[in-house]
Amino acid sequence: MYLKYALCAATALSVLGTTGAIAETITIATVNNGDMIRMQGLTDDFTAKTGHKVEWVTLEENVLRQRVTTDITTKGGQFDILTIGMYETPIWGANGWLIPLDDLSEGYDVADILPAMAGGLSYDGTLYAAPFYGESSMIMYRTDLMEKAGMEMPEAPTWEFIRKAAAAMTDRDNDINGICLRGKAGWGEGGAFITAMSNSFGARWFDMDWNAQFDTKPWADTLNFFVGMMTESGPSGYATNGFNENLSLFQQGKCGMWIDATVAASFVTNPKDSTVADSVGFALAPDNGLGKRSNWLWAWALAIPAGTAKEAAAKQFIEWATSKDYIELVAEKEGWANVPPGARTSLYENPNYQAVPFAKMTLESILTADPNKPTVEPVPYVGVQFAAIPEFAGIATEVSQEFSAVYAGQQTVEEALAKAQAITNDAMEAAGYR
Amino acid sequence: MSRAVTTRRKTINTVLAWSVGILIFFPILWTILTSFKTEAQAINDPPLFLFFDWTLENYAVVQERSDYMRFLWNSVIIAGGSTLIGVMIAIPAAWSMAFVPSKRTKDILLWMLSTKMLPAVGVLYPIYLIFIELGLLDTRTGLVVVIMLINLPIIVWMLYTYFKEIPGEILEAARMDGASLREEIIYVLTPMAVPGIASTILLNFILAWNEAFWTLNLTAAQAAPLTAFIASYSSPEGLFYAKLSAASTMAIAPILIMGWFSQKQLVRGLTFGAVK
Repeated sequence: MYLKYALCAATALSVLGTTGAIAETITIATVNNGDMIRMQGLTDDFTAKTGHKVEWVTLEENVLRQRVTTDITTKGGQFDILTIGMYETPIWGANGWLIPLDDLSEGYDVADILPAMAGGLSYDGTLYAAPFYGESSMIMYRTDLMEKAGMEMPEAPTWEFIRKAAAAMTDRDNDINGICLRGKAGWGEGGAFITAMSNSFGARWFDMDWNAQFDTKPWADTLNFFVGMMTESGPSGYATNGFNENLSLFQQGKCGMWIDATVAASFVTNPKDSTVADSVGFALAPDNGLGKRSNWLWAWALAIPAGTAKEAAAKQFIEWATSKDYIELVAEKEGWANVPPGARTSLYENPNYQAVPFAKMTLESILTADPNKPTVEPVPYVGVQFAAIPEFAGIATEVSQEFSAVYAGQQTVEEALAKAQAITNDAMEAAGYR
Repeated sequence: MSRAVTTRRKTINTVLAWSVGILIFFPILWTILTSFKTEAQAINDPPLFLFFDWTLENYAVVQERSDYMRFLWNSVIIAGGSTLIGVMIAIPAAWSMAFVPSKRTKDILLWMLSTKMLPAVGVLYPIYLIFIELGLLDTRTGLVVVIMLINLPIIVWMLYTYFKEIPGEILEAARMDGASLREEIIYVLTPMAVPGIASTILLNFILAWNEAFWTLNLTAAQAAPLTAFIASYSSPEGLFYAKLSAASTMAIAPILIMGWFSQKQLVRGLTFGAVK
């Protein structure tokens, strides 16, 4: 009799144990952008397939960075999956804060991830985050204004052409600025733009011995060109314009050209929000004939913090959210123009996606950005619009503040570059690089 | 003649008061108006004031995307709990400082206030580690304790100021009539200081409701209050002002309504003892 009860209990426990092991609730920290919000709406598909439930914690980008850094460094274990970018991934991977994604299933097809994305999200050859969507930067321009100006946009223009076109398109009486660019302080705002632009002028942040390079001619050329062009053809108050401010100006028909994230293409061609949706063309970010264009490379990716107790379920989620099947699911529910771009090669081979107007230029922009060789001269860091070292965010924020002060007319280019040189060298010395 | 001057002064004061009032309320009004615009209208240049196509779309999106009631309930528990516990601790503390002061009372009061001058981020890591150790991360209990502690100096200070206005002779009389210390505080002091206690509760409830640093840093999915709800609508890429305004309006609505109904008590409490 006792044996019978014992066997029944053992069976019940094993069944409970099995189902209990399967059904987890994972917590994901993420940012608020269109693709992530869309993913939250489709999570039921993941739950139906795996039984795992998902809880989302959506935070502003900088708050998210601070929040997850606190949690990882203290081993708080609040999150099972983090949404992080290309800047943090190699640094956090090197620190041992992330679980390597080196055992993803065969069906996931890791080799299909765009090489530029996989490279930027790896440390020492190991992938630490799976790209959910990737982006570069490119030129978005008003085809009607370009035609009116009697010019034609080449597929791969130079900065000189852009400056001339911007001047020709500017019509201050009708509140049209030839070009809108980021001038807002912040390493991810104006700092990212000017760094990517400087690559095409032959500038770099550091030489191979980690000495700051703001006292070189390419940096002076970059900043003088930027300020000159924006003074001639940019909007007033551009020193405080970031992505969203320029998006708003472009959508209201107040910009002839806008060079920014490829993800903006879907916003400016959306007739619901954009007054110029039917007259937008795309081109590669400009260059100066030095072999490097001024486009950047960025990805939002999903990573698993070391210390999570739900590693298996978290990996299952990442495989689902960054899979080819997920892309098909979004296409089926919301159309091909809304699928997360820039992560998988197969997406760009899909004829349905090739029909999306900005798909080709997005891919070409991503492919021309090389985070491992971002500059004309050799550099000791990885990253196109940033240097993937922990100190960079702080230094670049300070430097971009000095540059924004130039845009606002508060100091000269020479003064700002001298301060940038001192700020950077001091910080690198304090951190032990020099 | 003197009547004319009084009327003119009254008019000037009224106009001035209304102007200041409107100026202070304008950002809230603008947030509310923006919440009824489309994203394109929200960023229109020149800005649209009243003449636009009013829409409830943003509220529908926010309602669909977030579990508002969960955030609201967390805010009520955290703000209410921290305020009530804070007041219960602060009443005896303020009583002793007001009626049985020692040589060091002033120093203690100043020291308590000085803790408010410490940047919160300076103690983030120690508190985070303590919370991990005690299993308080992402719990309402943890937040009630932290927010009660950070607001406690203000509660003590406010109550101390109100208690100082109450003549000590009344308490002495109660004592002579045989009232114990507990009875003295509960039946004599507290009823006399009700306006002050009420305004202290209201003000601290508002402070706790609006607290954003600790609520963002110590919560995740379970205990996040309305401050985290608002923060989730800020976006680095893409227009979000209209939806953010809708979320903000939903977050401030309960406290605005509460403030509106209790403004009499609030003003009475804040001016308690100001004019003798």
